[in-house]
Amino acid sequence: MEIKDKKTANLPLWTLTVFTENNVGLLNQIAIIFTRRNINIWSLSVSSSSIEGVHKFTITCHASEDMIKKIVLQIEKRIDVLKAFYYSDDEIIYQEIALYKVQTDALLNDIQFEQLIRKYNCRILEINSTFAVLEKTGHCDETIALYNDLERYGVLQYVRSGRVSVTKSTHEQVSDFLEEQELRRRQIEEKQ
Amino acid sequence: MLGSEILFQCLKAEGTKKIFGYPGGAIMPVFDALYDHDDDFDTILVRHEQGAIHAAQGYARVSGEVGVVIVTSGPGATNVITGIADANIDSTPLVVITGQVATGALGTDAFQETDFIGMTLPITKWNYQINRPEDIEWAVARAFYLAKSGRPGPVVLDFPKNAQIHEAPFTEYKPCNFIRSYQPVPAINPDRVWEAVNLINTAQRPFIIGGQGIILGHAEQEFKDFVEKTGAPFGVTLLGLSSVPSDMPHFLGMIGMHGSIVANKLQQQADLIVVIGCRLADRVTGPVNQYAPLAKIVHIDIDPSELGKNVKADVAICGDCKEVLSKMLPHLYKNNFDSWIHGFDFYQNVEQEKVVNPEVHPAEGPLHMGEVIDKVAEVSKGEAIVVTDVGQNQMFAARYARFNGTTRSFLSSGGLGTMGFCLPAAIGAKIAAPEREVVAFVGDGGIQMTIEELGSIMQEGTAVKIVIFDNTWLGNVRQWQELFFAKRYSYTKMVSPDYLKLADAYGIQARRITERSEVDAAVREMYAAQGPFVLHVCVEEDSMVYPMVPPGQPIDHILLNRSEKI
Ligand SMILES: Cc1ncc(C[n+]2csc(CCOP(=O)(O)OP(=O)(O)O)c2C)c(N)n1
Repeated sequence: MEIKDKKTANLPLWTLTVFTENNVGLLNQIAIIFTRRNINIWSLSVSSSSIEGVHKFTITCHASEDMIKKIVLQIEKRIDVLKAFYYSDDEIIYQEIALYKVQTDALLNDIQFEQLIRKYNCRILEINSTFAVLEKTGHCDETIALYNDLERYGVLQYVRSGRVSVTKSTHEQVSDFLEEQELRRRQIEEKQ
Repeated sequence: MLGSEILFQCLKAEGTKKIFGYPGGAIMPVFDALYDHDDDFDTILVRHEQGAIHAAQGYARVSGEVGVVIVTSGPGATNVITGIADANIDSTPLVVITGQVATGALGTDAFQETDFIGMTLPITKWNYQINRPEDIEWAVARAFYLAKSGRPGPVVLDFPKNAQIHEAPFTEYKPCNFIRSYQPVPAINPDRVWEAVNLINTAQRPFIIGGQGIILGHAEQEFKDFVEKTGAPFGVTLLGLSSVPSDMPHFLGMIGMHGSIVANKLQQQADLIVVIGCRLADRVTGPVNQYAPLAKIVHIDIDPSELGKNVKADVAICGDCKEVLSKMLPHLYKNNFDSWIHGFDFYQNVEQEKVVNPEVHPAEGPLHMGEVIDKVAEVSKGEAIVVTDVGQNQMFAARYARFNGTTRSFLSSGGLGTMGFCLPAAIGAKIAAPEREVVAFVGDGGIQMTIEELGSIMQEGTAVKIVIFDNTWLGNVRQWQELFFAKRYSYTKMVSPDYLKLADAYGIQARRITERSEVDAAVREMYAAQGPFVLHVCVEEDSMVYPMVPPGQPIDHILLNRSEKI
């Protein structure tokens, strides 16, 4: 099911969090840093963060640590980017969400269906006479495993979101940077 | 106040004196407003927008100020792209203002609409589309601050017509000095400085590299003090040339592919290399895994993304090099490495005998570029601003021009290697420093890329001295074909127009030389001329720049001439 980028499949997976100002064109600015280096963005999601006015990109990709460090620096070089960080899976708590559309008949006629729902702890979002939509939140391997189990019913539609993650530290790491900058702003103001 | 007028109020407040531009539909309201600002700005009307941007680059690099370009949308804008990319890779501060169709027409493929923000995203430090006249002041202030602070670079302001022709209040201009998401001058980590000082004080075989960062960071004096105190041999990059006088003790000239033999050999033997304000590009290092195998690397740069990008640094110091050098200086031992340096005298002699003498003092045969450059250096006493194009002319100029210590006196397209850079950049240089002589060295290929700017020279009376080296080939490519493509000279033979007639048509004095006996008088005539001057020098056809590190080879594998290497 998962088609991995051949060149980078053996390289570790990283999660990047990029904190930015809320300006237009940032997605493009960040994306071209990857494409220029021929690196596939594995998943991407954008949202606001816990700090007002600060946006947060969560990006996953396969790359060597050396390369990911360079990418982080190139991202931070963009003027509207506040700060970027990269993490390995054990440094963060992360989730993805997947939706599966399956024919209702196929499901109802199978006695193992109930077990499947329990095993994966997934939710049924909608069910009507023709199809049912299941939702599973979890790590990528879990959502894929469910896909594989559902395949015998025939999956009509499937979609998985980009990863979202939070760190294991107590606060957003970007706040240190924002504090430093605030201090600098005050110094500049005082000088005048 | 009209948006177009606000723009000029802002430029005036930023201290802009020169504008390089070309009008067209989507920027007409701006040019209309400019009509009333004759007293505030000298506006140089070029012949092609590429000329405008290279002239602005030349102006910026000589003056240290931000170069300002104003062109129209669509083709006017796309014509400046090469210069933007050039300024981006060579860290040149520019503010490029491009016309744009009205905001409401964006995305409709309107006449002369291009997605210029999208196109210039990867080649600008910052770009922004000003969609409302209320935003002009903010955007211009930010643009200037970003262009010149930290590591400088080009900024594009895309200016839709509606924002030009609508009104907004304008009272007092406030320059920008802070952007929350931007840290132009990173704080220096004192631990790293100590580590670097220790490495330098204990090194047995040090070598120092100065890049354009020395010039951009106004750190010429600190750099000189640094190399003097350490006593270490040092070289500079192509763009670092003119930051120190050519005859400084222990100065070994330019490093890199066509750099000095000693400088390249020393790096491969060194136990410490201190790199200051330099990207360590491939033309400097050769294959990075074979670069300076014995050396620890101390790398100082203001741009954190440069540290470790190409060559891993043992000590990376992020910060303004002027500040970093000042912090290190008092803690450095006064040292002497004469025996380490003199161990390489052999190579100095080889270079003089096998490379320099045949190029600069040939006894017979056709003219060489090197001997003419050497003559200009002699006649100008190293005081001229030297501008080069790209190719052999560039490498010969870098090797044989001499500088008496006035910084910002050598202009060349380094990172992008843009043919056609020379002539317009020389115009910008002369406009930045009218009291100084500006000598442009350009090949017959490169001159024909932007030769239309002779028209700007005519109109402005810009007194640049243009030396056209005519080898009837795209020399540098021909050299590679000879060396690496089995002498298959695929499309490199080039016919030139009659440059004397051409110069004459533009009302520019000119002279052609073909003989060695004419060089001295011709160079003196050119140098003494009041106005612009074209010196058409017919040089040997199969010119070759040596020494040369063949591409893909470590920097101590050096060709001396067609048959010898060292
Ligand atoms: C815009 C552009 N196109 C092509 C090249 C590739 N190129 C590099 S050097 C060179 C030859 C330059 O020939 P000429 O201007 O006659 O100078 P010479 O090397 O003979 O001094 C070419 C074609 C380039 N650097 N820039």
